[in-house]
Order: sequence, then structure tokens, then C-alpha cells
Amino acid sequence: MADKRGGVTRRGLLWAGGLAAIPLAPAGAFTYQAGGMPWESGAADNPRAADPRPGYLFFDAAEASFIESAAERMVPPDAHGPGAKELGIPFFIDRQLAGPYGLGNAFYMQGPWPEAQKTQGYQSKLPPAGYYRAALKSIGKAVAERYQGAAFASLSPAQQDDFLKDLETGKVELQDVDGKYFFTLLLQNVREGMFSDPLYGGNRDLAAWKMIGFPGAHYDYRDFAGHHGEKVPLDPIGLLGRGNPVKS
Amino acid sequence: MATKLPSVDVLLIGFGWTGAIVAQELADTGLNILAIERGQWRDTPTDFAPTFDQDELRYMWRHHLFQKAANETFTFRNNGGQTALPIREWGSFLPGEGVGGAGVHWNGQAWRFLERDFDLKTHNQQRYGKAVVDAHDMTIQDWPVSYAELEPYYDKMERLCGIGGKAGNIQGAIQPGGNPFEGPRSREFPNPAMVQTYGPTLFAEAAQSLGYKPFPQPSANMSQAYTNPLGLQLGPCTYCGFCEKFGCGNYAKASPQTTILPVLMKKPNFTLKTGSTVLKLTLDDTKTKVVSATYVDHTGQEYEQPADLVILCAYPFANAQLMLLSGIGKPYDPQSGQGVVGRNYAYQITSSVNVFFEDKIINPFIGAGALGMTIDEFNGDNFDHKNLGFIAGGYIQILNTGGRPIEMTYVPDGVPKWGAEWKKAAVEGYLHTTTIATHGAVMSHRGNYLDLDPTYRDIYGRPLVRITFDYTDQEHKMSDYLTDRATDIAKAMNPKAIKANKRTGPYDMTPYQTTHNTGGTVSGTDPNTSVTNPYLQSWDVPNLFLMGAGAFPQNAGYNPTMTVAATAYRAVEKIKNTYLKNPGPLISKVGR
Repeated sequence: MADKRGGVTRRGLLWAGGLAAIPLAPAGAFTYQAGGMPWESGAADNPRAADPRPGYLFFDAAEASFIESAAERMVPPDAHGPGAKELGIPFFIDRQLAGPYGLGNAFYMQGPWPEAQKTQGYQSKLPPAGYYRAALKSIGKAVAERYQGAAFASLSPAQQDDFLKDLETGKVELQDVDGKYFFTLLLQNVREGMFSDPLYGGNRDLAAWKMIGFPGAHYDYRDFAGHHGEKVPLDPIGLLGRGNPVKS
Repeated sequence: MATKLPSVDVLLIGFGWTGAIVAQELADTGLNILAIERGQWRDTPTDFAPTFDQDELRYMWRHHLFQKAANETFTFRNNGGQTALPIREWGSFLPGEGVGGAGVHWNGQAWRFLERDFDLKTHNQQRYGKAVVDAHDMTIQDWPVSYAELEPYYDKMERLCGIGGKAGNIQGAIQPGGNPFEGPRSREFPNPAMVQTYGPTLFAEAAQSLGYKPFPQPSANMSQAYTNPLGLQLGPCTYCGFCEKFGCGNYAKASPQTTILPVLMKKPNFTLKTGSTVLKLTLDDTKTKVVSATYVDHTGQEYEQPADLVILCAYPFANAQLMLLSGIGKPYDPQSGQGVVGRNYAYQITSSVNVFFEDKIINPFIGAGALGMTIDEFNGDNFDHKNLGFIAGGYIQILNTGGRPIEMTYVPDGVPKWGAEWKKAAVEGYLHTTTIATHGAVMSHRGNYLDLDPTYRDIYGRPLVRITFDYTDQEHKMSDYLTDRATDIAKAMNPKAIKANKRTGPYDMTPYQTTHNTGGTVSGTDPNTSVTNPYLQSWDVPNLFLMGAGAFPQNAGYNPTMTVAATAYRAVEKIKNTYLKNPGPLISKVGR
């Protein structure tokens, strides 16, 4: 099915438990001849905001519990501002994994998958959503083994930090996935959820931008470019305005 | 079964910078010109409007504007002993796709190469001896053109693009405030340099205190409103900080869309087909003439498009792939050193030094893709390499491209990557941190090359291009030397802390470095070591020309766009003035 611009819509490709990514169809074929610059009203390539329905679409309860606790240790609340949960970071990751990113729609996913060098990058059969699912299952087991059947969320903050550090440095053996790689992926997604535009469901109330002093989606700083060392007196703004565009 | 279409006079394959340049230059001949592009039509109001363009997640991290790796990617290995695996998600470089190509999402760093970049082998051999240029299995060679020959075409591209800067050498006279190492230019830049923000200013002060001569980065981000020689108007850059990996919402960055297409798209003898991927070229029985290109549209329908003249205008990988798939030119064999297609693939080597201030407010988000201050003392052969163990070099600069916070929340050494300590350092440091970058040349080496992968295929069933590439001691020594010089300048900026990020170990496909891939279809004077002659014409098939950075015999320490454009302008002028009057080899292969 082709949309207005000749691309192929992803309708019907909602997450359904299957992990196979579907390659993007090539762009639609068009011929332009002597008509000047083509333009069509209403065809702007606007971004898609996060699904605003309450709750998680991808994570189950156990997965959400780990992600919420781990993200909160990575970005804890403090005097500078809110932590991961209040920033909506777990919600952001959930929406990313439930969408095209999770499905690996932009990734080359054809085999075979022999042993890889570190310099060769992502070489999993699984797209990111599948990698999360497999990693979280295996992490649950590893935590239970180490802490007498406990879940990660019930550990003390110090124990949680210890486990995450071991995951980061490759000291936790996981089945099916590389724990060290998963940690890198999770940390990257946490940072994305912290600092991306609020339309994707994280960075709630632009709180992360306020913390660091990034004014966001302004597009004209000419008045300030030559003013060295002065604070720019602009409040942060997102692509959908101020406040929190994705309520859940 | 392919549907056969009526023949055209000129067929362009790929429609980025060089496709637009060649079509525009040939349009006034009245010839019937067709450009075929695999991606979609793209333009400012629809695809990168300022109402949604400033989106770091979508464009930078989710790769919205780049080549779709799911459809077509490359395989990669560090050396011939490894099994190449597909680049499943982009990392080290971000190839373009669609109308305008990577010209849509480039930074706009508008460099000319140095005079000595063009006679690199001869010059270095004369100055340092034969052993130096033969070290590290290097396969470097001189360009088939000189700086002086390219100068008028550099000038033409700078006018087209409204480049802002300060000349350092006008007709041999060194100009204060410019780059004293650049080759002589015929005249001043068409626009003044951009307004410098705080980070580049502090860099320039520190560099000057060490005796260097900093100058403003030549920029394709408009320092003021500009009307180009085609009558197209560009707006002033607003310093929004979303150039690199983004389109420009303000018509303020030179791109095919802002500098050529509004004129070209009205020409009655020009046609553009999008969403169409060329699969192969077909030769006649003599194997010395292309008769047609076969392409496939999004429905899977194949077409055979005959043409008198075929010009490859895609990225170096795609041009090399089409040559290999079509059996044109001898494929390179790294064992014997014989063959030319795929030979001398090169890249660049980058490093950085983060500079952390206690209380200076840097405001990194006030930026533009080519806004910054640079020193060129350590580029090319601008410095004495005796006993350094390497040749060539790179520039050192603070380029304030923007303050994208997912990417650019840097923390000093010793701070963990997450947790309370990280958060404190990231939050407190964001406004007070700037970064010095080094951008170094990569020479060509016998073991670095492109060929067709034996295993992996794209969605059309074609073998992927296989990249075999690694840095050698030549690159590491050079890059470490540049990083040390950058560290000297960082210290002279009197910061609270610095963090030097050297490029260590084998070339890694995962972290972004640069999208400056070169070689594979090298241009030269000897058919045994080049695919095209000095006018970018195939030695074997005279009605085939190859534009782009594939022609570079090795890579220089500069961003390539202006050199890509200058070589294309020179080639198309020769096509117009000589080839079209008497189609055939512009330079005879016989006796070479």
C-alpha cells in the first residue's frame, strides 16, 4: 500500500510477538519533467509522537520493573532534577521498542550470522526489541541466582549498582545475548529517553533540557551568537511546544 | 523481462551534488538528459521544515535521511583474514540517499585541498626519500590534475554555494586572518566568515598564543543572505545547531536543493526519475561501449534504458559496485596488486579533545555545521615530517556544529558513564564544555580495497560491496601526533579539565567518525593504476564517466565536497567542449 508520497505504509506491522524484521520497500518511483520544484500540500514528513495510551505496550510487568529500577540508578533523582522514572525514560524505551526501531525496520537483518569481530558492530539475529526481551529474561535469572531468588527491583540501591557495574564490565554471563553489549544499548536508550524531544515520551516537561540549559527546538540564535559567555535567556521548547505533549 | 525504453542522450545515475552539477552544466546543450535516483524527491518545506527539523533522535540516531541499510548496505572486515559481515546499523559513516544525496545533510565544510595534496607521492619522495612513500604497503599516487588546474572550478563551486570565509592566499599574496597554507585563490570568498561563537574564539586565542595562525572555517552555511550565479537566493544561517546529519529548514545551507535544482527542474530537456535503482550496465559486443542501464522500480518492474553517454554520479561504493557488477575494468586483487576497480579505498582518521571549563558559558547549542576556527599548521606537508614516521596530516579545530544533548553531554576522565556522579557532571558541564577535533588524512594501502561480497546480498539480490579496511601505523602515528598538538592547545585554553580521545586500535565500524569514503574508482594517468583518465572518463569504456570521491587516489586531511564538485565541473566542461563534438577517448589508452 502506497501513501501519498509513494512510500509504503507500515500499517498492520504492529508488534505481535514475531521478531523478524521486514525490509523497507524502496521508495515509490516517480518521473519529474520540466515542472519546476515538485510540491504537494499536506505531505510534510512530520515525526510520529509516542503512542499516548497509558501503560506499557512492549514490556511485561517483570521487564518494566527491571527497566524502571535500572534506569533510575542510571539517572537518579537529585538536587539537579528528576530521575529516570519521572522523566518518562522507561515509557520512552517501551514506545521505541514497540515501534519501527524495536522491529529493526532500518537494520539489515539477513543472515548468516557467524562469529563477529568487535569492530563489526551489531551482529545479532534479533532486532532491538528481541534483544531486550532475551536479555531481560536472562538478567532476571542471573539476578535470582545471585540474590537468592530476589528480583532486581527489590535489591538495595548499592546491590543494584553492583549488578549493573558487573553487567557493564562483562562480568555477568547471560544466555543468548552479550550482557556487556546489552548494557551499552540500554544506556544509549536511557540517554535518548532523557534528552530527546518530549514528543517521543521521555524528557517529560522538558525537564532534562532545563537541567542542562539546552533551549531545545529553537531555530534562531543570531541575536546571541557573538555574545560570548552570556546565558541565553530562552526557556526550552519542544517541537510540539512547551509542557508535556505525551500524557500517559 | 525488462521493458525497453526510448534512448536518451545522457543518462546520470545518482542525483546528489555531482548529478545536479553535471545536469545543470549539460542542460544548455539541448541534449535530452535523464537522471535516475534510487531514493525519493526531497525538499525543504516537505522534508526538513523548521517546524520539525531540530530532532536529534529521529535524524541523528534513527538515521531518517540516510541510505536504508535494510535494503542496501556494505559488508566490512579489517583485513583479508577475517570474514566480512554486513553493517547492519550505520555507525562509522552515514551515506546519503534521495534527491540531493548527502548534500542535504552535510555540515557545509568547504575546503580546497592543498597544492601538495595533488603531487603527494612525487613531493614526499623528493623531500623524504623513496622508503618513506613505500612504507606501510602504501599504494599512494599523484593526482592526474594539479591544484592550479582545479582552481577555477573550486572558485565556481564557491560562488554557486556562497561560501563564507577569509582568503589566506590571493594570487600568491598571503592575507592576514586567512589560511596562509592554502593554494593561491583567484579572489576572496563570495561571503564573509560567519560570526564566531565562544568555543572557537577561545580556541583561536589559545592557538595564536602558541604561535599558530587560526582562521575561520570556510562555510557553506550562509553568513548573510546570498544570491548565487544561477539567481537562486539563500537565507542567512540562524545558528540553530542542526546541520550535521540534518537538512536545513532555513534555505541557509548550500545543497543541490538550494543552489541548483529550482533552475534545473524547469529545463524542458531534463527528466528525473526517483525510486529507481540501477542494477547493471550493459556493454556492446566490443565491450568498449555502454548501450544501456537496467533499473528496477518499487514494484519490481525492470526497465532497460539505452543512452549514448552514461555518467555515474552515485557515492563511491555504488559507483564501484556498478562497475564490478557490469564487468567494466579489471577488479583489484590485493595479492598480486593487479587490477584497478576497488583499488585504493581510503577513509579518514579523527580524534578529539574535550575541554571542560569551570564557569565560562560556552552555549554549545548556538552552532552551525561549518562554524568554527581552524589551524592548518599540521595538515598535508605544511610541517617537517622528518623522523616522525608518517607523512600527511590533518587540520585541528573547534567546530561548533551544535549542542545535541544525547551526543554531546561530555564528562571528564574518571567520571562514570551513569549514575549520580555522571548526572551531576553532565548537568553541570553541558554549558561549559567544548571540543577540539582533529581530522586526518588516510593514505591508500595495498590491503585496503573494495570488492563484491561472496555471501551477502541486497534486497535486489545483488552482492553487497565488501569493504576491507584498517588503519596502519602511518595513520595511528599521524593521528596521535595531531591529538597531542590539539592537547597543547586545549591546555593553553586554561580549562578546569581536558579529556583526550585518541583513535586507538583497529578501525571500528560502530562509532561515527566521518562520511568521507574515497577511492575504489581512482582517476590517474596510468590505466594500470586507475579506472578513469584525468577527465574522469573510463579508460575501457569511453562513453562512461565516473564522478565523485571514488576518483581520489588517496584521501586528504580535508572534507571532500568542494574537491568532488571541482573535479566534476572540470570533467563536464571537457565533455561539453571536446567529447560531445567527437565522442571517444579523450586520452588514448594505447602506449600508456
